[in-house]
Amino acid sequence: MMATTTSIEPVKAGPARKGPRDDTRLALLFILPALIGFGVFLVWPTLRGIYLSFTKFNLLTPPEFNGLDNYIRMVQDPVFWNAMKVTLYYVLLNIGFQTVLALVIAVMMQRLTQRTWLRGIVLTPFLVSNVVAAMVFLWILDYQLGIGNTILASVGLDRIPFLSDSAWVIPTIAFINVWRHVGYTALLIFAGLQTIPDSVYEAGRIDGASEVRMFRSITVPLLRPILSLVLIITVVGSFQVFDTVAIATKGGPVDSSRVLQYYIYDVAFGRFQFGYASAMSVALLAVLVIITFIQYRLTRAESSDLA
Amino acid sequence: MTTDTTPPVATALPTLIRREPAPPEPHRLNFGRVLAWTFMILVILVSLFPFYWMLRTALSSNNALYAGSDNLLPVQTSGGGFERVFGLQTGQEAIDAGGAGQAINFWRYLFNSVVVSTLITVGQVFFSAMAAYAFARLQWRHREKVFAFFLAGLMIPAIFTLLPNFVLIKQLGLVDTLLGIALPTMFMTPFAVFFLRQFFLGISREVEEAALMDGASKVRVFFRLILPMSVAPITTLAILTYIAAWNEYFWALMVSYTDKSRVLTVALGVFKSQTPQTGPDWSGLMAATLVAALPMLLLFMLFAKRIVNSIGFSGIK
Repeated sequence: MMATTTSIEPVKAGPARKGPRDDTRLALLFILPALIGFGVFLVWPTLRGIYLSFTKFNLLTPPEFNGLDNYIRMVQDPVFWNAMKVTLYYVLLNIGFQTVLALVIAVMMQRLTQRTWLRGIVLTPFLVSNVVAAMVFLWILDYQLGIGNTILASVGLDRIPFLSDSAWVIPTIAFINVWRHVGYTALLIFAGLQTIPDSVYEAGRIDGASEVRMFRSITVPLLRPILSLVLIITVVGSFQVFDTVAIATKGGPVDSSRVLQYYIYDVAFGRFQFGYASAMSVALLAVLVIITFIQYRLTRAESSDLA
Repeated sequence: MTTDTTPPVATALPTLIRREPAPPEPHRLNFGRVLAWTFMILVILVSLFPFYWMLRTALSSNNALYAGSDNLLPVQTSGGGFERVFGLQTGQEAIDAGGAGQAINFWRYLFNSVVVSTLITVGQVFFSAMAAYAFARLQWRHREKVFAFFLAGLMIPAIFTLLPNFVLIKQLGLVDTLLGIALPTMFMTPFAVFFLRQFFLGISREVEEAALMDGASKVRVFFRLILPMSVAPITTLAILTYIAAWNEYFWALMVSYTDKSRVLTVALGVFKSQTPQTGPDWSGLMAATLVAALPMLLLFMLFAKRIVNSIGFSGIK
């Protein structure tokens, strides 16, 4: 809301239509709804979230300022640190598999056929919700009845308790989300590949370079800025994993899939400790900002080798 | 808005990147190509198999799923799963068939999902378009500063605003209402403003100047000229917004408590948690899952080309 004041400027020209250079009044009208939405549901909650992290707040009585209590509790909370660890492990697996697979799919799509149907099929899982994805894999990977385990058993392997074993649960959730998002990521990379001029590949071919060689020496370096942007977007998304856990495991077995966002939800809505939940949200935000910053610096996202 | 989905990044000028499929070159059938196609076919299978499996399970009888777990076709074909979803079975019938026997108010949830997604899409796209026009075409002081401020909003992960927004929605007395679910994303997202501004900047100024010369007001130019000329990117943005709103779970889960405001994603989660003592009602669950996913799959079939081609980058060199 506070941003509105910045645009209320004295209208110089008055009602005169001659100088169409100043549209302040009209502009204010045009950006007003967006500005309200921006202020009320983005800026204000961000500030309020930070404020609430310094309070004791159970939603029924007004928040009470309690200084750093929530943060001290957080640092000493083993469940928080476990949640942080589980989340990082998840992000690592999820982003690792997803990026490599998406890159391969994108390159294949570019080299094999650029027709829309193939991209359409690859994108299909992205069209359903995380809830739907979690439900169908809960069934496919069911220990007794799931087709996944039935196939494992029929080829003589042991059945795997994908979602009920503490060692398997995070890799499985990572896989489910790769299934849903890999096509989207591949299409982003595919769009990036389209910006590499054909002439570069032609030159490579004339020099007798193999496909693998061209991938390593042309595609990867020229794709770097786009790849790093894709990484920044997907990593930030990956840290916010919640839906799949809420549907498929509820954080279990024990705490082995209790990702940070699920723990925050649990503390806020299960125990009504909104102050502590807000403090953990701030911690997550800080982690995201730091990781984005490091990624940006490491991958030099702002500069392209194509220039 | 979205929780663990990545924000839709789309280009304002999809046609620039899209290329017509090249005429089939005379490819030698070499080992590499066979390997590559094998890989792609595997990717296609993994992408689509779960959809088939939903259908196969939904059309099977619960009692036969155990014995027929290795059967790739529906076992003891029955429409019972769908009947339970649409509330066509009585409680006792449903329990006998392995269901939970509780009424599922499917049409209500479908209605709620449609209302919420429509409110979000119409509001967000329209208000973002207005703001984008002000940022792209109107002359006013501090324009660039305010726009930079908007862009900074892109940095705030949606997840961070959820708890405080819930507190706000509660204070407004909108918990467990459809408006409460829609409100936070109904006005704008920084991405939508950015996306449309990019497109408006690309529209030729000459047409606009001509209309202004003829005495049209800027409001009229926006509604009669800019909006009609931007049907393509606006449609793309609207479809992407609709899909994201339809699939949202976390925020809807926070705000809705009863059937009054329960949307399909939340209802699916509730349905799943009503597991009968005999074990999950997989046939009913898969029927519900398929039915919940179907509207977006149909939308995708209608607009596949547009959606697929819209995914790319804007403003990135």
